[in-house]
Amino acid sequence: MTDNLQLNSEGKLKHFLTIDGLEKSLLTEILDIAESFVGINDHKIKKVPLLRGKTIVNLFFENSTRTRTTFELAANRLSADVLSMSISTSSTSKGESLLDTIRNLEAMFVDMFVVRHAISGAAHFIAQHTAPHISVINAGDGQHAHPTQAMLDMFTIRQIKKDFSNLRVAIIGDILHSRVARSQIQALNTLGVAEVRVIAPKTLLPAHVESLGVNVSHNLTAGLKDIDVIIMLRLQKERMTSALLPSESEYFKCFGLTEDKLKIAKPDAIVMHPGPINRGVEIESKVADGPQSVILKQVSNGIAIRMAIMAMTMQKQGVM
Amino acid sequence: MSQIHIKQGCIIDPVNNISRIGCVYIADGKIVSVTNEPEGFKPDTIIDAHNQIVCPGFIDLSARLREPGQSRKATFKSETTAAANAGVTTMCLQPDTRPVIDTPAVAELIKELAEKADYPQVYPIAALTRKLEGTELSSMLSLKQAGCIAVGNASQSVKNLLILRRAMEYAASHDLLVMFRPNDFWLGNNGCAHEGAVATRYGLPGIPEEAETIALAQCLELVELTGCRVHFGQLSCKRSVIKIYQAKKYGLNVSADVAIHQLHLTENDIIPFDSNYHVLPPLRTEVDKQYLRGGLASGTINSICSDHQPHDIDAKLGAFPETEPGVSSLETLLPLMLKLVSEHIITLEQGIASLSENPARVLRIKSGALTVGFAADVCIFDPELEWQVNSDNWKSRGVNTPFWGQMLKGRVTHTLQAGRVIHCLEKSKR
Amino acid sequence: MLEIHDLLNKLEIELKRIIIERQLSNPLMIGIRTGGVWIAEQMHQRLNITEPLGLLDISFYRDDFSQIGVNPNVKPSQLPPHIEGRDIILIDDVFYTGRTIRAALNEIFDYGRPNQVVLAVLITRDGRQIPLCPDCVGANITLNVNQRIKLTGPEHLAIELQTIEAA
Repeated sequence: MTDNLQLNSEGKLKHFLTIDGLEKSLLTEILDIAESFVGINDHKIKKVPLLRGKTIVNLFFENSTRTRTTFELAANRLSADVLSMSISTSSTSKGESLLDTIRNLEAMFVDMFVVRHAISGAAHFIAQHTAPHISVINAGDGQHAHPTQAMLDMFTIRQIKKDFSNLRVAIIGDILHSRVARSQIQALNTLGVAEVRVIAPKTLLPAHVESLGVNVSHNLTAGLKDIDVIIMLRLQKERMTSALLPSESEYFKCFGLTEDKLKIAKPDAIVMHPGPINRGVEIESKVADGPQSVILKQVSNGIAIRMAIMAMTMQKQGVM
Repeated sequence: MSQIHIKQGCIIDPVNNISRIGCVYIADGKIVSVTNEPEGFKPDTIIDAHNQIVCPGFIDLSARLREPGQSRKATFKSETTAAANAGVTTMCLQPDTRPVIDTPAVAELIKELAEKADYPQVYPIAALTRKLEGTELSSMLSLKQAGCIAVGNASQSVKNLLILRRAMEYAASHDLLVMFRPNDFWLGNNGCAHEGAVATRYGLPGIPEEAETIALAQCLELVELTGCRVHFGQLSCKRSVIKIYQAKKYGLNVSADVAIHQLHLTENDIIPFDSNYHVLPPLRTEVDKQYLRGGLASGTINSICSDHQPHDIDAKLGAFPETEPGVSSLETLLPLMLKLVSEHIITLEQGIASLSENPARVLRIKSGALTVGFAADVCIFDPELEWQVNSDNWKSRGVNTPFWGQMLKGRVTHTLQAGRVIHCLEKSKR
Repeated sequence: MLEIHDLLNKLEIELKRIIIERQLSNPLMIGIRTGGVWIAEQMHQRLNITEPLGLLDISFYRDDFSQIGVNPNVKPSQLPPHIEGRDIILIDDVFYTGRTIRAALNEIFDYGRPNQVVLAVLITRDGRQIPLCPDCVGANITLNVNQRIKLTGPEHLAIELQTIEAA
């Protein structure tokens, strides 16, 4: 199944909903264009006129100050007019009112929706039902996908490691509930890394996780061997109350990244985390703030990658 | 009353072991003769069934007509018209109406709605427990007397096994069939898709097969304990088929059905986030589909049901997990059954038996056969007629089907319910 | 017809003239990608400018973005951090509609406010769409509507005259 919904008739990006189904050349193009947007940070006026006169609406049905802020900044730097709306899901628990929200905004001549929603498939749904000239960017939907986060991670990895082909990447933590992990796995495999390894207890792994193209380990010490890139995932507190894990402290004991455990990976391994970090739960502060951590770099790269994706989806607006 | 002569069709009547070209004679709503013309028979209606199949009208063990309570989705009128269009002459109505079928008053209301819709053969299934909540027994005897043909749990889990045991014991005391859809609430974990590679890829909350097989195994143990007669509905996976096979071999008095779409679709057919594929139990794997097909062919699975669940557009308009599950499936029942025949999974006789003889046996009703003296429930269909699933050919109010727009083969031309022609396909569409 | 070395020589003379005329002090030379950079490299050498050449990629400033989209080969511009108050020599290969120069000026001004900008181009052709005019020119030519002029390089700079086939 390919997601042609994302591409227009010329094979260009129209929506950005998931990494699934996108070709390597397109992912590389996103990274290349993002690269040149990094240069804009040298400008006294950190803005280009690319999306001047365009209106972008950030529709956040789920709170995320950080992701919303980087999308706002990215839109601003492309000179678009940007409006951010936080909508409580209680008022749109039914599909019909979600559509009503979209229709109302469409009537205000919006050109793009950036959507964050707690339900898998919400961004797809909006892309399918919105007016044809509007682009939709998925800023995270349920447990499905968070493709812009995955691309900024790929960007950060490429910045440091240059080439993907020999890399062994470990993703550690709550894979089951993580849209970030799904998108990262798809992106890493499309870009052709040597290995993606997921490390977690069975309770935090989805069924048939190997079908995503990963190796599985339930042991952090064994799993970190030969690893070039370590991606830690955030552990939500709810995982304890729903009997997926006994306690934070036991999780930290087994799967928390400490200085000692970091030594098992390759000496030049980098440590990544999509944030926000739970210090002392999935990662030790010394590691999070240590020399191998690139967590803050990820944050600043978030703007360039989102600029690239926004610009690419808005190009040739009108080609279906 | 009127006399009807169905002329020169290919009669297939598994109960009476008939499979040949001939005529069916109907008088006063009953079958009076098959093949031999009765003396002094003066038909006022002649139906030319040349090149068509004449068989017993179909009996659907699981349907939802959305009344009472959800007439914005569909009505008795619209859905019984769809049933007639599909050759279905008898339907069992699941108890999860609003209100739930847990009092004689609701059962009587349903009978009344059926009469009003000119389609009297709707059998309500009573709720196994009050409000289907799984905590108190329903008044099964009164419900039986009010016309309920069985008791069941619809799609609700019975979380407490002690309650299930007692409900089964009580049903057995009144010789009531329990129609049970095995479904463990906790293992189901509010999922919306088969817990497998596809759900993992799209981040959809999964339902493991064990949510069904464990609930099935528990209920089978209780069949042994209580002696209750149980029919398992809408099975979806391999190990359910194996368990039913073993239970039957062991001598338990159980039967089972499968929803027609489970015999054709798997998780791999799901178009990403297309809510028309959102069904419960979920579409499972290719292996499961093969076992369900095999189970049907070997007789482990007795019958095919439509599991008809029409929805309004809004119910299916949303992100996949938050849409309502179910397919509007009455009108694709026959062509999809015929597809199993053309794929050599079952014979045409088996297919017809799974829609008539076998469900009649499960329900212990005098139907599902062209036996002389039986009510003349007859379905006449053209097995070669191709038609498109579109609003022109569709009677159900629910258009929620993954087969929408497809060309299907096999179409009902006439449906007779107790000797009354309740459906006759326009000449222009034949 | 158009001999590249004659044009480069002419442009060099023109540039020397304008530097005196406009009293450019310590000018910053900027080439527009890609052809403009090749010309600028030549001039940079000939005029003995010590400060590195600035490179400008105007992809993000084009006014036809919604028709042609983002150029996937876009590279970051490389300009020194302090544009504020500088004298700038902006160089391109062919001056045609004027839109490229408009975009380039917009981008330069986003880096800061220069003191003055002079524009030098190897060739100007007819077809102006914006009221801009270069200060230094290697040659002026007139072409048919279906003709295009293209600079090839950077190893052996040459000028090519192409005829666009009617579609």
